[in-house]
Amino acid sequence: MNIVVLVKQVPDSGLARQLDAQLRVDRNGANNVMGELDEYAVEAALQLKEAHGGEVTILTLGPDQATETIRKTLAMGADKALHISDESVAGSDALATSKILAAALGRFEWDLVIAGAESTDSGMGIMPHLLAARTGVAAATGARKIDVDGTAVNVEHQRDNGYDVLTTQLPAIVSVWDTINTPRYPSLKGIMAAKRKPIETLTVGDLGIDAAEVGAAAAATEVLEAADRPPRSAGQIVTDEGEGGRALAEFLAAEKFV
Amino acid sequence: MTDILVYVPDSGKHAAEVLTLARSLGDVSAIAFDDAAASLASEYGAAKVYRVNAAGIDDYFVAPKATVLTDLARQVSPSVFLLPSTDEGKALAARVAVVLDNGLLTDVTGLETDGTARQDIFAGAIIAKSKLAKGFTLATVATGATAAAPAPAEAPVETVEATVSEDDQRVKVAESIDEPAGDRPGLAEADVVVSGGRGVGSADDFALIERVADALGGAVGASRAATDAGYYPHKFQVGQTGTTVSPQLYLAAGISGAIQHRAGMQTSRVIVAVNKDADAPIFGMADFGVVGDLFQVLPQAAEEIEKRK
Ligand SMILES: Cc1cc2nc3c(=O)[nH]c(=O)nc-3n(C[C@H](O)[C@H](O)[C@H](O)COP(=O)(O)OP(=O)(O)OC[C@H]3O[C@@H](n4cnc5c(N)ncnc54)[C@H](O)[C@@H]3O)c2cc1C
Ligand SMILES: Nc1ncnc2c1ncn2[C@@H]1O[C@H](COP(=O)(O)O)[C@@H](O)[C@H]1O
Repeated sequence: MNIVVLVKQVPDSGLARQLDAQLRVDRNGANNVMGELDEYAVEAALQLKEAHGGEVTILTLGPDQATETIRKTLAMGADKALHISDESVAGSDALATSKILAAALGRFEWDLVIAGAESTDSGMGIMPHLLAARTGVAAATGARKIDVDGTAVNVEHQRDNGYDVLTTQLPAIVSVWDTINTPRYPSLKGIMAAKRKPIETLTVGDLGIDAAEVGAAAAATEVLEAADRPPRSAGQIVTDEGEGGRALAEFLAAEKFV
Repeated sequence: MTDILVYVPDSGKHAAEVLTLARSLGDVSAIAFDDAAASLASEYGAAKVYRVNAAGIDDYFVAPKATVLTDLARQVSPSVFLLPSTDEGKALAARVAVVLDNGLLTDVTGLETDGTARQDIFAGAIIAKSKLAKGFTLATVATGATAAAPAPAEAPVETVEATVSEDDQRVKVAESIDEPAGDRPGLAEADVVVSGGRGVGSADDFALIERVADALGGAVGASRAATDAGYYPHKFQVGQTGTTVSPQLYLAAGISGAIQHRAGMQTSRVIVAVNKDADAPIFGMADFGVVGDLFQVLPQAAEEIEKRK
């Protein structure tokens, strides 16, 4: 079974993140990492490969430095990667991104696409369905569990109050939450092996897409302004010296919660 | 004249909020797939309700509903089309966007009549104003964007008959498992949420969190560290990959306040924290905080609250 994993490089959410002068996510900082949920997507693919055989291909759309993230996925055990890197893509909205990823998916044979349920930077959580709508492939998203049995795919789709069992046939697109597995760390051997694994790099033009269809000029979304959230007015912090619980109850009563 | 289209999935608080926001923008036409959603639409001031009848539609995942919504959007050509920012709402909006070749804004926390949306980005650290430069305003609305306010009306109902195409039947909902809700208010809907983190230390000790929640009539929540450790079931997880809550009061005990946790609770009106580490990031957003051991502070607080009730 051949699997494609969609992996996006994002700014580390644990550190300060910024927008650049054009109000786009600043990706030039040194603190770029793999999308948090994409690690779980890579792990899910590796486990399916271990069970069913086949190849795991990473697909990334992003600037040159996204190669670092791709190397990490190869070190975890992915076999090869396709990296779409093109200046003209900067400022694309999700719809244009999906157009490019859909075209890239059209270049080879695969059975299953696995994505993160949402990216760490935009957090839109829509890419799998955008791709499903563009490619006509079935999408069973938001998985806390995936089973493949022959050509049947069973997904436990996580909901706030339980889950749904979704069933479909390959080819399919799925996305995963962090409840699905525990991503492995790359081993030293994996890191060495990754250096020899192939990464194909293509431009948007190579995919047969006109640069005018993507990028900031083509984007339907326009960010008008952005500002830091005003800090919450400093709260009252007390240290418990035996009366902390009563002080807390006092505060809640004053706020009419008691 | 109708120009705001709203997808109403159910009769919950989030759906009521989206209807309330939509009403502030113009005349609302609601799309409902069952009677409970249709009556919520009337209660929250819809001028018209499209009541869709499509036999078997709930047996299939997302695709057939997306087709119905796309067809209605084409027919009505709204100036604004709003859906709740849930997994389903986003999936539907994404499919509508592709088919109608329209832009899409997700997780908006406000919307003005000229189509300017507010979005909280980077887990709320930055607030942006954005807009769709072409097409109609297609957006999913975050929970807590507006306070739900009823405006009962007898909305005329138009029945829409739809069928599920073979193409839309490829992902079957084979089973739907609802975990028992329990006696406490639902996490997403509760006015008060009391959450415990790794600092609670064990499943047994979550009884203390439950005691405080019950004293305040609230729901119980948990951090991912607490759900991962098995202290409390995953469905109670608050945060980026759990439930997003926006209650009147959020009480965090033994929770450090990692960005993924804050992403799911920072729009709470009043935030209270108990943590033994004075440097825990959660204190940076707390209206009231107690630096101390939760095993000392919470029992005393619970006793005091129970006494005052
Ligand atoms: C992809 C991804 C998604 C994530 N999604 C979420 C999410 O949805 N929700 C979420 O919560 N997290 C999420 N996380 C995890 C997040 O990064 C943190 O690890 C988590 O929130 C920490 O939980 P915690 O605050 O309970 O634990 P810790 O960070 O370990 O904090 C425990 C706190 O308890 C305090 N404490 C200990 N003992 C006591 C005591 N006796 N009395 C008082 N205080 C005490 C300590 O001082 C400390 O501040 C996610 C992470 C990733 C990578
Ligand atoms: N530029 C990209 N390159 C590769 N995969 C992406 C890209 N953008 C989004 N994805 C995938 O789609 C998922 C959901 O992204 P989003 O809809 O942006 O929240 C991510 O977790 C990735 O798996």
